[in-house]
Amino acid sequence: MKKYSVFSLIKNAFNKHQDWDVAWRDPEPKKEYDAIIIGGGGHGLATAYYLAKEYEIKNIAILEKGWIGGGNIGRNTTILRSNYMHDANNLFYDHGMQMWKDLSQELNYNVMYSPRGILNLAHSDAQLNAYSRRGNSMRLNGIEASLLGREEVRKIIPFADFTDNARFPIFGGLMQSIGGTARHDAVAWGYARAADDLGVDIIQHCEVTGFDIVNGSVQGVHTSRGFIKTNKIGLCVAGSTSILAEKLNMSLPIESHVLQACVSEPVKPLLDGVVTFGAGHFYCSQSDKGEMVMGGDLDGYNSYAQRGNLPTIQHVLTEGVALFPNLSRLKMLRSWGGIMDMSMDGSPIIDKTHIEGVYLNCGWCYGGFKATPVSGLTFAHTIATGEPHKLNAPFKLDRFHTGHLIDEKGLGTKTWIS
Amino acid sequence: MLEIKCPYCGRRSQNEFSYGGDATVKRPKLNKDISDNEWDEFIYYRKNPRGIHLELWHHTSGCRQWFKVKRDTSTHEIIKTFMIEEESQ
Repeated sequence: MKKYSVFSLIKNAFNKHQDWDVAWRDPEPKKEYDAIIIGGGGHGLATAYYLAKEYEIKNIAILEKGWIGGGNIGRNTTILRSNYMHDANNLFYDHGMQMWKDLSQELNYNVMYSPRGILNLAHSDAQLNAYSRRGNSMRLNGIEASLLGREEVRKIIPFADFTDNARFPIFGGLMQSIGGTARHDAVAWGYARAADDLGVDIIQHCEVTGFDIVNGSVQGVHTSRGFIKTNKIGLCVAGSTSILAEKLNMSLPIESHVLQACVSEPVKPLLDGVVTFGAGHFYCSQSDKGEMVMGGDLDGYNSYAQRGNLPTIQHVLTEGVALFPNLSRLKMLRSWGGIMDMSMDGSPIIDKTHIEGVYLNCGWCYGGFKATPVSGLTFAHTIATGEPHKLNAPFKLDRFHTGHLIDEKGLGTKTWIS
Repeated sequence: MLEIKCPYCGRRSQNEFSYGGDATVKRPKLNKDISDNEWDEFIYYRKNPRGIHLELWHHTSGCRQWFKVKRDTSTHEIIKTFMIEEESQ
């Protein structure tokens, strides 16, 4: 791999950028691999990268049904944060936040990491108290958080509705100043390029159609491009997890739901960081191109369609306009949907399964993007050693049997209601 | 926009309805020994199919009846709706 640098940029400028190397190869699948990752999204690519880099497994393939970066890694709203309350989530996601800081250098690919802060707004005294509790929980785990009053919030977002007519007046908010955004496509491409450089075969347009299980341990996968032998399989297929699990005779505590997001036409710099509306489910940031990037609720019914319906967009944007009245003058540029693997307590699952050699990474609900590096690292550890990393140890599959749920939002099994 | 045919009121827009999840989940019978596994299956585990899905909906802003909808999760096509006690095959 030729290193990207200012010098390579200048050098290639003289050739009118005709001589850049391809970022990753397009290999034919081999007969056998030491480990196969199913799913070439962010988590799958990161898992393969860390397996090759940290755990010395070199003969790895990523099997992707579509193309790299075409799923949720290319559909999310790019938010990075670790403002959780439960220790398991706090420590896990904050390890991820530390990894984001150096990710561009690590991958030699600019992921446009931009820690401009994430502000959760409170619209009542009770909500501000709840945020204060969450902030304290974060600080006890060594994560920076600060509680802001109404006037401090006004300095950050003066264009929000601070009038007496606001239906949900802003009481204050919880700020995590190292929260922010990163370029989602660049994360996929950066991991793909770096993994390819370590010898990982990225095999696109290769659908897994079945598994070869003998005496409770995996022997290989059947794919649309033939049988491939392997003893270790990592599933990183987000919304499609239940479909593959069915082929493994597993039923999972997961429902697949469609989540929509949308962007407005680009405008001049308006919003610095990420702001979330506390009286409903709406959040907003501004992309480097100037588009307002917005999202909120799930459509709220099981779906594999990767597209949603207008009522949800309308509902989300009504909340947006309640918070930022000036949004009402913007045209929406586009909206899209992705399939969320909604787990029954709202927290992810990274674990081994009852089949030897099959490992599971799913249940990311609304928030898989920010976890891409740390999910990759801990899942790679789980696959390589056969035991969970201490950071993902609480995200067990059997917690739904033992009762050790990580019910961050207090929604129980109806995580899709929020 | 989904148009859902409430078995009691007829076609209405999805705005009037709320979703109630998988309708094939069976609560374990009362007054008998129920294993932890049975409870866990009932509470947490779902088939989550891509394709035909039988699900509960509530006509929240209408007649407030619960009913069953047979819908394709890969296309959002609504195939048929049933009253709750109706056989849904």
